[in-house]
Amino acid sequence: MADNYLTDGYTLASWLTTRDHKRIALLYFAAITTFFFVGGAAATLIRLELATAQGDLVSDDTYNRLFTAHGVIMVWLFLIPSIPSALGNFLMPMMIGARDLAFPRLNLASWYIYVAGGVMIITALFLGGVDTGWTFYTPFSTLFSNSHVVLTLLGVFVVGFSSILTGLNFIVTVHTMRAPGLTWFRLPLFVWANYATSLILVLATPVLAMTLVLLAIERIFQVGIFNPALGGDPLLFQHLFWFYSHPAVYIMILPAMGVASEIIPCFARRPVFGYRFMAYAILGIAIIGFLVWGHHMFVSGQSVYASLVFSLLSFLVAIPSAIKVFNWTATLYKGSIRFSAPMLYALGFVGLFTIGGLTGLYLASLALDVHLTDTYFVVAHFHYIMVGGSVMAYFGGVHFWWPKISGRMYPEIWGKVAAVIVFVGFNLTFFPQYLLGVQGMPRRYHAYPDEFTVLNVLSSAGASILAVGYLLPLAYLAWSIFRGERATSNPWRATGLEWQTASPPPTENFEHPPEVTREPYDYRPEGEIAPP
Amino acid sequence: MSAFELLPPAASTMAGRVDTIFLTLSALCGFVALAIAVLIVVFAIRYREGASVDRSNPPTRNRALEIGWIVVPLVIFAGIFLWAGADYAELRRQPADAMPIFVVAKQWMWKLEHEGGRREINELHVPVGRPVRLVMTSEDVIHSFFVPAFRIKQDVVPGRYSSLWFTATGPGNYHLFCAEYCGSQHAAMGGRIVAMAPADFARWLESGGPTSGIAARGFALFRRYGCSGCHDPRSTVHAPDLAGLLGRSVHLADGRSLVADEAYIRDSVLLPNRDVVAGFEPIMPSFVGQIAEDELMAIIEYIRSMPGA
Repeated sequence: MADNYLTDGYTLASWLTTRDHKRIALLYFAAITTFFFVGGAAATLIRLELATAQGDLVSDDTYNRLFTAHGVIMVWLFLIPSIPSALGNFLMPMMIGARDLAFPRLNLASWYIYVAGGVMIITALFLGGVDTGWTFYTPFSTLFSNSHVVLTLLGVFVVGFSSILTGLNFIVTVHTMRAPGLTWFRLPLFVWANYATSLILVLATPVLAMTLVLLAIERIFQVGIFNPALGGDPLLFQHLFWFYSHPAVYIMILPAMGVASEIIPCFARRPVFGYRFMAYAILGIAIIGFLVWGHHMFVSGQSVYASLVFSLLSFLVAIPSAIKVFNWTATLYKGSIRFSAPMLYALGFVGLFTIGGLTGLYLASLALDVHLTDTYFVVAHFHYIMVGGSVMAYFGGVHFWWPKISGRMYPEIWGKVAAVIVFVGFNLTFFPQYLLGVQGMPRRYHAYPDEFTVLNVLSSAGASILAVGYLLPLAYLAWSIFRGERATSNPWRATGLEWQTASPPPTENFEHPPEVTREPYDYRPEGEIAPP
Repeated sequence: MSAFELLPPAASTMAGRVDTIFLTLSALCGFVALAIAVLIVVFAIRYREGASVDRSNPPTRNRALEIGWIVVPLVIFAGIFLWAGADYAELRRQPADAMPIFVVAKQWMWKLEHEGGRREINELHVPVGRPVRLVMTSEDVIHSFFVPAFRIKQDVVPGRYSSLWFTATGPGNYHLFCAEYCGSQHAAMGGRIVAMAPADFARWLESGGPTSGIAARGFALFRRYGCSGCHDPRSTVHAPDLAGLLGRSVHLADGRSLVADEAYIRDSVLLPNRDVVAGFEPIMPSFVGQIAEDELMAIIEYIRSMPGA
């Protein structure tokens, strides 16, 4: 094997002090994979508890700590960094033909900051955990919770800085380091998506940081900010929290849309349909996504007029999402479709995201949301978006770029099997939760009335299938590092710049700086890339 | 009747309307999801690699189509928004003749009090066919009053009075849940709503024995806490007369004016210096930490019952 970024130093120090975006991406992969399985372990215990109506496996306090740990870890330690910081770190410079990100040292610092925050959150977990839910609602979190709230907040606060710095790095990189000829409307949609995500990261995360500081001040020093007994307002906290946390949903889903937009054209051998509208839709989602936070508060006591405005804007943000689904579907038309594992994941992503998006309309509908909010309907809805959408796309992306990252092919048959298992297991886990929500089962319940048993058993059974689907890739991808077939530079005959260099790439990414002369997604159904 | 039902029992005047929105959206979204699924499957089979089909002139854009699938959903969304918004506004508009129930939530129970003074815990008896208005607050954290069979839910926030109304349409027992996570025993913070025929409800009220009524209890508290020492019209202390206060426009010393509601009276008891009435000195002591939420509600009901000025 020729010299590449993986052979450029074998010592631990060569990894822990690297400034190569590709090696930093692998550091992220290691960290987020660890956190994914810790968060998954919490989910496993939750589903085991809910397999019976009585609270019989763990105590109520333990249960409350489990769903809080699951939420905090999955949101801040897995989903938010998953595609941008791991895949994005590896791919963003290569996709724009650059040598590295604009600030390589800052990039490494982002990883260390992220790990430091993660260690704080995990430490809080092992000290006994936190029982506020990932939403930290006041005054419960400031006055009533006897758990490790401040340490967890501090961890989330620190992780936020990693997000901000990565976002900043991506924005500067995309603006200043594109290869000659790579105009804005020749950028891969993955770059557009991560660029828009970076804007949200930079603009929204500071609000979360401030909110968490205010919360900590109230909890430690008893200063009345959110606690009504001290003259504060608990709804103020909800406004501030969702001002970050709703855009955070788009932080999680936009990069996933970027991944799907790379995979689908490649395996359909067709240019992505409506490229410009796809790019505008990404920006539209990022912008309108900032203006819909109040739809989490329709029954909180916010004014009727505010609720009406937030409802209308929530319907509006569904439009660009719909555009994307229609365009992915249209991309298949007159294609020459090959069903490799990444494509199965991407098609699964489109289906599950569609269901998640459509059920969002139920929650935007005011009178109906009154019934459905804070029930399992909401749990099902956001898992369809974040797990059916984001995690599915993340796995698709890992398979798609695995040859580039590792220099090896994964075993195709196992890849397909895992994709199908994940799709089936996911639907069996989460579709029953929609029905539970419609019937009125509230979320965050440790025990529930008997009539909800059948659907909960189905959901728990599905979760066991889903767990197999997530463990399988861990096994065969690890196997392929040592035994997998060696990958060529471009096994998928893809058009992106990242495929025009060796697999794995050399440390400097490209032997000769690339120049872009063609439109993006220049695929041909015949299977041949058009001559330059 | 099938063993499995999609929707829970519908037992309020609002339930049918919410269900209509739900079923309409389900038909619409089901159609869209099915259409997309069918298209994906058909394209995937027809245009699979190796199949010999016409692949000439594949479109990479089609402005008419692209604008079409923006405008059509936009129009449909606008319709659903207006429809669901109108029902929501209705849900927030209290019927004037509604029977009041006073609700205090605390970790982890619901305390409910009827106008006549009968009190219940984790169980609420209501008559069928008559609008019921809940006046709710919390002693500690945020809770949420949720009755799936009525399709209603409202967060109960400490430091505020939230309200909610419903009219039960069928006798029966219905789940009452707390829907906002509130700590250790959140899942156990529930109970039931017992909807009864009006005659049965009247009998039930009487079976509780003679009670003095919430306003009478409020009057006793009004005297016990010394409120009457200053606010009684015969008092020598210069304090505002409270008769007919609720719903009245009040001018404050700092030039603001507001309409006196329950929350205003509550704030005036706990934080008397915040909204001082024009023409009066800020001499009232704070009662924060001394009066329980259910006592405050009783005092407010006593003030409401005072003969109007």
